[in-house]
Amino acid sequence: MQSFTVVEAVVAPLDRPNVDTDAIIPKQFLKTVERQGLGVHLFAAWRYLEKDGVQVPNPDFVLNQPRFAEAQILLARENFGCGSSREHAPWALADYGFRAIIAPSFADIFYNNCLKNGILPLRLASAVVDHLFHEVRAAPGYRLRIDLPAQEVQTMGDSRYPFEIEASHKHKLVHGLDDIKLTLALGDAIAAYEARRGREAPWLFSAPRSGATRV
Amino acid sequence: MSGKTLYDKLWESHVVHTEADGSTLLYIDRQLLHEVTSPQAFAGLRAAGRKPWRITANIATADHNVPTLDRAAGISDPVARLQVETLDRNCAEFGIEEFAMNDRRQGIVHVMAPEQGLTLPGMTVVCGDSHTATHGALGTLAFGIGTTEVEHVLATQCLWARKSRSMRVWVDGVLAPGVTAKDLVLAIIGRIGTAGGTGYAIEFAGPAVRALSLEGRMTLCNMAIEAGARSGMVAVDERTIDYVRGRPYAPVGALWDAAVAAWQGLHSDADAVFDAEVRMDAGAIAPQVTWGTSPEMVTDVQGRVPDPARAADATQRKGWEEALAYMGLKPATPIQEIRIDKVFIGSCTNARIEDLRAAAAVVRGQHKAASVREVLVVPGSGPVKAQAEAEGLDRIFLEAGFEWRDPGCSMCLAMNADRLEPGERCAATSNRNFEGRQGAGGRTHLVSPAMAAAAAIAGHFVDVRHWPAS
Repeated sequence: MQSFTVVEAVVAPLDRPNVDTDAIIPKQFLKTVERQGLGVHLFAAWRYLEKDGVQVPNPDFVLNQPRFAEAQILLARENFGCGSSREHAPWALADYGFRAIIAPSFADIFYNNCLKNGILPLRLASAVVDHLFHEVRAAPGYRLRIDLPAQEVQTMGDSRYPFEIEASHKHKLVHGLDDIKLTLALGDAIAAYEARRGREAPWLFSAPRSGATRV
Repeated sequence: MSGKTLYDKLWESHVVHTEADGSTLLYIDRQLLHEVTSPQAFAGLRAAGRKPWRITANIATADHNVPTLDRAAGISDPVARLQVETLDRNCAEFGIEEFAMNDRRQGIVHVMAPEQGLTLPGMTVVCGDSHTATHGALGTLAFGIGTTEVEHVLATQCLWARKSRSMRVWVDGVLAPGVTAKDLVLAIIGRIGTAGGTGYAIEFAGPAVRALSLEGRMTLCNMAIEAGARSGMVAVDERTIDYVRGRPYAPVGALWDAAVAAWQGLHSDADAVFDAEVRMDAGAIAPQVTWGTSPEMVTDVQGRVPDPARAADATQRKGWEEALAYMGLKPATPIQEIRIDKVFIGSCTNARIEDLRAAAAVVRGQHKAASVREVLVVPGSGPVKAQAEAEGLDRIFLEAGFEWRDPGCSMCLAMNADRLEPGERCAATSNRNFEGRQGAGGRTHLVSPAMAAAAAIAGHFVDVRHWPAS
């Protein structure tokens, strides 16, 4: 996983609450068996218009505006990423080039999925997010600097906004660590749990009856 | 010291290891796999040369992409076919049991697993699908995960998690005839909002919840995620045990007796304290209809679409205006004047036998309105389909001009050929009314099976409590 330490980048504002994962990556793109290549479909229903049977960029959509072309930080509203558990949503955001999303709140599953893909989901108070929306709109080329080790968002005008993140999440992001290897290091504890649980609740560990009676 | 919640008990019995910051390695008893969110997980496992930690804890079925017509001909969409075949190949390679597309036990993963006895009280259940919350109806801790986590569970049988806060939604009273678990959960979402449960595990409790069948409880827990909660759950009672008894993968003999004894404790203690409490009165709930593009945009069938001029603040006004524009609705339109083009009866929310019986009871002897182009009835699984046919429900639907299809997710998310065309309006028994969910430009109104069936006959929404009027 790509590590995340300090990112300074252009900010793109997406001013809608409750942006769901169907909007982030519509279902017609979930048939892939790959993780890569979804960036072109990010926000497809909002980002493209159909003209004479072909898809053309919708000039009104924020990511199609030249001033946000280099954006790597997405500024969003509350409950971002609600709905489906599809990891295709953070895959599409990462493939497009986003490294961080700033919002007042995130849906739980989406939040977790971002962390597994090197994207920092960063919570700031609603009033601060509101203020940042004003600043982004007022200043073409508006950039933010996100310092994860210091847990701070810095504006170019040198305002500083501290943010919270769980220590274990931060550690894994900063070092780009994948979970499985770390978890397998606890293999003995898992095996010990299974042995104990198997005595307490043996029905959970009896192999499914092969050729179980069909309903 | 206060007692434990059901969530506390389920959580504590699955803790393998806890880090200093509270991050917990949680043991997973059952992982359900389907074709859309598993291919990259298997690829990751293969790339790292890893084997599944405990093969028999996993079970797979194809549901999202499968056609609901003419299955003998296979899947015509080559991309969808590759995904389903990839699941078949992965299950064969790693030795995981699969109910493949043409197995008669195949079905929507959240219908299939409880039906087969693969979901048992007291388990932790995960799946790469947000509607995994459904399984909480059997007194499990069940939640949706992403594909990286699917791979993690395959490789380690565990997940890193943090304990959620606890919320109890207590429902007093009795649901009126014609008012169902679907109406109850939509009313709950209307009350607390789509983010009201974020960060919480919700326990549904109270006399009105106790009175629900297991199927109704599954409908209720299914939509916990639509209130923002990863998990919903209901305590185990005699109904739960009666439901599980005799299912193909349920324990038998001495193991069954030991299991039942343990399951008796799967309820919140009387003195348990919740981080949040919500109280509802079942008797005050009317059939619900969503009017917007989020499940919280819901009102009762006697109500009207809201007027943005009356919104509480600018954000809500903008949200309502955008939703009404997408839905093609004028402010203050009475719900019962909204005419529909299509009807979808199915999904992991409402495709169990009880749902089909409720729809058939409304339809019997009638025919769909001429203005309604298509009514799809998609049973949740092979056994549901067989049961419905044994009861003659398929005849009732077919005689009404409805279509009787094969099991799968179908037009809930329109990954297969079943979808809305741009601008089409649908009464759907599914769980999400997001923009484009049932097809690009499609407009979804979420309702119960009886409400959907009645709308198909009338051509517009009607109040099933007083319908037909004669």
